[in-house]
Amino acid sequence: MPAGSLMEVKKVGRTVMEAQEIARAISRVAHEIIEHNHGIEGVALVGIRTGGVYLANRLAVKLGEIEGASVPVGALDITLYRDDLDARKEQPTLRRTEIPFDITDRKVILVDDVLFTGRTTRAAMDGLIDFGRPSEIQLAVLVDRGHRQLPIKATYVGKNLPTAIGETVEVYLEEMGRPDGVVILTP
Amino acid sequence: MSTTAAQSLLIRHGLVIDPGRINEQADLLIRDGKIAAVGKDLPATQRVDVLDATGLWVLPGFVDLHVHLREPGFEYQETIQTGTAAAAAGGFTSICCMPNTLPVNDSKSITEFILDRAKSEGLVRVYPIGAITKRSEGKELSEYAELKDAGCVAVSDDGKPVMHGMVMRRALEYARTFDLPVVDHCECLHLSEGGVAHEGLVATELGLHGMPSAAEDVMVARNLELAELTGSKLHLAHLSTAGSTRMVREAKTRGVSVTAEACPHHFMLTEEAVREFNTNAKMNPPLRARRDVEAIRAALKDGTIDAIATDHAPHAVYEKQREFEFAPFGIVGLETALGLSLSLVEEGILTVEEVIRLLTSGPAKAFGLPRGTLAVGSDADIAVVDPVAQWVVDPEQFKSKGRNTPFGGWKLKGRVVKTFVGGKMVYQV
Amino acid sequence: MSLKRKDLLGMADLSVEEIQLILQTADSFKEVSGRDIKKVPTLRGKTVVNLFFEPSTRTRTSFELAAKRLSADVINFAASTSSVVKGETLLDTASNIEAMQADFIVLRHPSPGAPGILARSLRASVVNAGDGSHEHPTQALLDLFTLREKKREFKGLCLVIVGDIAHSRVARSNISALVKLGAEVRVAGPPTMMPRHIEELGVRVFFNLDEALKGADVIMMLRLQIERQGIALFPSIREYSRIYGLTPERLRLAERDVLVMHPGPINRGVEISPEVADSGASVILDQVTNGVAIRMAVLYLLSAGR
Repeated sequence: MPAGSLMEVKKVGRTVMEAQEIARAISRVAHEIIEHNHGIEGVALVGIRTGGVYLANRLAVKLGEIEGASVPVGALDITLYRDDLDARKEQPTLRRTEIPFDITDRKVILVDDVLFTGRTTRAAMDGLIDFGRPSEIQLAVLVDRGHRQLPIKATYVGKNLPTAIGETVEVYLEEMGRPDGVVILTP
Repeated sequence: MSTTAAQSLLIRHGLVIDPGRINEQADLLIRDGKIAAVGKDLPATQRVDVLDATGLWVLPGFVDLHVHLREPGFEYQETIQTGTAAAAAGGFTSICCMPNTLPVNDSKSITEFILDRAKSEGLVRVYPIGAITKRSEGKELSEYAELKDAGCVAVSDDGKPVMHGMVMRRALEYARTFDLPVVDHCECLHLSEGGVAHEGLVATELGLHGMPSAAEDVMVARNLELAELTGSKLHLAHLSTAGSTRMVREAKTRGVSVTAEACPHHFMLTEEAVREFNTNAKMNPPLRARRDVEAIRAALKDGTIDAIATDHAPHAVYEKQREFEFAPFGIVGLETALGLSLSLVEEGILTVEEVIRLLTSGPAKAFGLPRGTLAVGSDADIAVVDPVAQWVVDPEQFKSKGRNTPFGGWKLKGRVVKTFVGGKMVYQV
Repeated sequence: MSLKRKDLLGMADLSVEEIQLILQTADSFKEVSGRDIKKVPTLRGKTVVNLFFEPSTRTRTSFELAAKRLSADVINFAASTSSVVKGETLLDTASNIEAMQADFIVLRHPSPGAPGILARSLRASVVNAGDGSHEHPTQALLDLFTLREKKREFKGLCLVIVGDIAHSRVARSNISALVKLGAEVRVAGPPTMMPRHIEELGVRVFFNLDEALKGADVIMMLRLQIERQGIALFPSIREYSRIYGLTPERLRLAERDVLVMHPGPINRGVEISPEVADSGASVILDQVTNGVAIRMAVLYLLSAGR
């Protein structure tokens, strides 16, 4: 999030998840993934830049701990697949997409921090399919805040969070340089 | 331009400046189109109109040795009517028009056509300049006797320098018979081939083909040597380089019969104006380096340069809205010359008298014209100037058809408020 | 950080930050170009017009590929300057093209400053694909991108540009960018090809190529315009090649890990010997590959804010 709005956070931010709760959510989602896929054979994680990548890495660690085997992890930048580039005053900074494994015939789990309108997920699926033909695409999110604009549903949800449409949900992770936490910002 | 004013006009309380003759608050009486008297407290009789010029300058009308009126042939750029209207608005009462019309003014018939038009539609006096060579091709001399009889005051091939040394020599020699000054645009076309801007840092950065100072200097040198050889009157158009001024200065001290002019853009702008590919800063000679500008200013100060001339060169808007390379050379200048010249006074380079002399008696003498003076008995060609009026150059307000100036938006001080030719008012602000 | 401009006219206009942003963005597009499916939907529905007044198959193809990989529609419009000089003005031509709802006009034109005329008058984004001897910004950017891949740092890099500096837009764009980025830039060539005051741009001038090559990390050879008109800048190709051609012997004067670059198309055996062009030091083909990524980055970054 832009540095300029840090002040706002202090004023009207409301913390709805803290570090421990986030860790528990990740742990639970990891177990659900194993249960759903009968193990981790053929499973790969692809995090959506930026927050989703950190969560994907944490999930991979967790899955490794539980199953004693490693899961491949990739990072997907969906900027080039967005449907709102026209409306923007300036272009978002591009980051690299790094998927160092073949996704064809794998069960790919897209990982994102917040599920909102569903447009990011749509873009991510389009982007992913450019790399090959997964046997299945699943979706894991830390927070589902509702207000979908597309018929998209998460396979795994860390926490369902009722929000108002005008609110903003921010997920902070240690990898970004601040303590874990999920905050709702009210305008 | 026609009339002789029937009645008399008394211009009172102005600061009357005729360099070398008078520079004091005085009255000036015009009668029958002539200057009848200049002095303090002239009586205002009942039959005399009175113009109160308190706080204003009363000057000889300006003389421009270098104007392009474009008629005949390029009436979409300028006509004798619009060009002389622009002159009047700039305080110019006598202008010399270059022969690069279509057809080229190399004959009596074209000269007479121009003078006829000037008489019927012109607002100021027009003095045609005939071509040095037929069709300005640089080969065969035009008929100078006929041109002189028809009314030409000088000969020039204008933008087409006489490249052939022998042709130039013959032109100078032959012109001497008729006491016609030979005016050359000094540019070695081989050295400037393909050039569109001064060969300096800016052209290098912009990737524009350069015109080196040397292209001007070598021709100035040749022309000065030929003027010395022939003893004829040489006039050098629009000097733009330090080298030119150095050589002209040296030639004058040697007694060579040479006069020279400089344009306001060459003492007010450097090559920097070309950045952003500004086609209104494209002229020939090109805007040069800082040191050249300094040299032109010094040459105006010490008399090396005799006259400020505008090289007024109107072009249609679409002609200048081209690639820099393809846009034509030249800018309009009649309506900005005074304000720009006076900024040299503001900058402490020249005195007011020096500027007025460069706009009046300086050019008049170079071509032997009976103009640029307030002597009693001379034609009442007068510019009345408000020396403190500030104004912003707005090309849309020009009387000229041309809008091509790099000075749009400039704030200038000193403005012509009234212009009289032969006692008749031809312009008021 | 974003590119807050409608047009890309030259490297002289760009700040160091803007240059870095374009290079960084091109990293992502290079990744896209390495995929099996080398196409992203980013500029779907946009129209890119390649308006070329000079033939240049490679630059046009590179822009075309860049636009197509971004899913834009591409029109190639080849115009001849001679017809334009006579009749329709450049602005008229371009306005007609814009009236067909072009979003980008990629202009190659022999006249310096021509892209600026369009940029000022048109709504479309204008990308300068080379204007006379003035600038060729995407060439400089792909050169920078290639250097950055191979050498990491621009600061302290010693780079020699060899050839007809006076008539080279590639030289001007690269000088402008590299000096800004802190490289040591040398130019080498005969005085007939050296524009006046070039040293005021922050470069060192060498008339002796061997001297210039000592300590060089990068050698950028310019294409010799054999067909150039007018009074020749050198007496014969043979003599030019002997004095200013890059040979294996000369290459040894430079640093051991020297890179050899060339904007192409190369005149084998004239400015560069075949052995050097095909040697391990040559990154000429990397330049071509990177050109597509750079042009994708430029189109992407300019597509905002209109």
